[in-house]
Amino acid sequence: MSGSIKVEGLSKRYWLRHGSGAPYRSLRDEISRWAAAPFRQLSRVFGGAGAKGEGGERVEEFWALKDVSFEVQPGEVIGIIGRNGAGKSTLLKILSRITEPSEGRVEIEGRVASLLEVGTGFHPELTGRENIFLNGAILGMTRAEVRRKFDEIVEFAEVERFLDSPVKRYSSGMYVRLAFAVAAHLEPEILVVDEVLAVGDAQFQRKCLGKMKDVSSGGRTVLFVSHQMGTVRQLCSRGILLAGGQVQKVGTASEVIDAYLEVDAAGGGFFAEGAARTKDVAIESAVTLDGMGQRQAYFLHNDPIKISVTCRVNSWIPNTELRLVVGDSRGRRVFTSDIALQPSPAAANPSVRAEAIIPGHFLRPETYLVSLYTFVNNQVVIAGVSDALSFTIQDGGSKYAASEGLDYGCVFDPCRWTITVVDEETAKGTVNG
Amino acid sequence: MEPGESEPSVLGPGKTKIVLEAGKIDREYFRDLWRYRELFYVLAWRDVSVRYKQTAVGIAWAILRPAVTTIVFTLVFGRLGGFSSGGVPYPVMVLAGMLPWQLFASALTDSGQSLVANSNLITKVYFPRIIIPGSSLVTSLVDFTISGVLLAIVMIVYKVAPGWQIIALPLFVLVALVAAAGIGTWVASLNVKYRDFSFVVPFIVQLGLYISPVGFSTAVVPEKWRLLYSLNPMVGVIDGFRWCLLGGHTNVGSSGFLTSLVIITVVALTGVRHFRRTERAFADII
Repeated sequence: MSGSIKVEGLSKRYWLRHGSGAPYRSLRDEISRWAAAPFRQLSRVFGGAGAKGEGGERVEEFWALKDVSFEVQPGEVIGIIGRNGAGKSTLLKILSRITEPSEGRVEIEGRVASLLEVGTGFHPELTGRENIFLNGAILGMTRAEVRRKFDEIVEFAEVERFLDSPVKRYSSGMYVRLAFAVAAHLEPEILVVDEVLAVGDAQFQRKCLGKMKDVSSGGRTVLFVSHQMGTVRQLCSRGILLAGGQVQKVGTASEVIDAYLEVDAAGGGFFAEGAARTKDVAIESAVTLDGMGQRQAYFLHNDPIKISVTCRVNSWIPNTELRLVVGDSRGRRVFTSDIALQPSPAAANPSVRAEAIIPGHFLRPETYLVSLYTFVNNQVVIAGVSDALSFTIQDGGSKYAASEGLDYGCVFDPCRWTITVVDEETAKGTVNG
Repeated sequence: MEPGESEPSVLGPGKTKIVLEAGKIDREYFRDLWRYRELFYVLAWRDVSVRYKQTAVGIAWAILRPAVTTIVFTLVFGRLGGFSSGGVPYPVMVLAGMLPWQLFASALTDSGQSLVANSNLITKVYFPRIIIPGSSLVTSLVDFTISGVLLAIVMIVYKVAPGWQIIALPLFVLVALVAAAGIGTWVASLNVKYRDFSFVVPFIVQLGLYISPVGFSTAVVPEKWRLLYSLNPMVGVIDGFRWCLLGGHTNVGSSGFLTSLVIITVVALTGVRHFRRTERAFADII
């Protein structure tokens, strides 16, 4: 039936290379390495002893997806969730035919449009009008289709006045509005969407979300990747949880979200694998610890929480900072904390550990997710792991214990109150004076 | 779109089921290519319109480049070298060879770089990848047309009129484009794997300008070396151009042209085949 997807035993393998000279190369180099595999095999065949490859390089296979199977019925809206590196993007790339599976099989019935990025192919020198046609064609629309929806797109993007200016003069807000507007008017039977709703200001995000709801209620099949659990809960009927390239759970959206939030509940932590470890300043591991220094994922509301992050320095970049972003299970950001990774490490391949303590009686009882990034200059991200850690705070008898389960904010209130009895005379004086 | 509507889009209404499997060469490739023809037009239009966005600069460039090179070659080969042009004014002979050469050179350069230049598309959307080097040829064709006006003016000034042979000109334009596309697809796909491969193209183009009969006529090359010389596929094309435009003044060696044609065909077929083979992995390595 049109709009259905059947995935059977899907796997995707990449080759990672570890050179002998410089300890690690960039991910880009490593992935490009696997293209040369036939030549190495050739040298193995002809050279006999050349099995180690040129220059003693070690080649490691890395399965971005391993034996993934699931089915999607026509008209279903499926949320795909999982941490960075869980295989979500690889899965979307295979379904959108950008890359080929290494093993397994996918059957897709119906026209697929994929939206892995907003504004793919936008050219800064071309005008807004020209870019609508360009981007439309790239996304698979015919010129006739674009022409038919042109006014709608322009209205949605709110850029009428700037239609004939080159998009390089657009503000970043206008740019993403236009880009999303084109994409939002695609009408395929199956829509594959990567985290693209997180663009623009809050008002435009609401508009995008509304549009996505229209799309998904219009009987179209939608596969939707997001880190924002709130959005997944709102949009999706079912969910698929990926972890380490495998399907961890398939079920209703809320079942899968709960499973996602509990992945680390057993006191796990984050430990980088494969390519993620080769970034210049990589996030090697992260754990949450209790007051005794034990790994712990459950805390009482007045326990301090220690977050310990180990960064691996493959190539030191001056002024690298570590950023901690703590969010709740609704996808709200609670706070962000940055720390400079100083002093700069001297040894050949050192690791740096950064530890942060979140005081007790600060975060309300809830499940929290911690994302970690290394970055320079306040914006250039070197390495990032979204939702690397999760921990849960349980109410150990706070004054809000009775209202557990209700949303009364993210943090315990820090307010200091004073109550004064006001007699009528003084009140009048205050109002009049 | 309603299922009943006949608007072709993404995969077209006729195509409802696709199967993705490891190592399976898409049997529908060429049908897909037809479905994505609009993308071909749009990408070609993008390249052309970006190039000619500042119209004056774009046109000036398309005229200045062949004009200056022609003057230099006329001075160096015609005056200093004292080469014979076979009864045609030297600048006309040079320009008639310069046009196909520059068509070839810029088409080759553009198509060779095209995949890497469009890597953002390759990693984000599906379409038959060969559209990218294909559509990049169009810009050079537009440049060529503009330079053609220059040639027409020069021919009028020197009172050289083409004969009936000019009707064959489109054929030679096509051959020049196929030659560029053939090498271009090789370069483009190798360029994805080995990024330093892009250094080869400027070298080919620079060397090619001197070993091809651009600044001189093939007649200058000794008879016994002619066949060997025509292993350079551009020899046949340039000779063909001169034959079309300058008529009886140039003789085109048919065996030389056939050699060129065979080489061009082989390069183009293997180029497309190599491209098709490696194409599936582009998104993973680019």
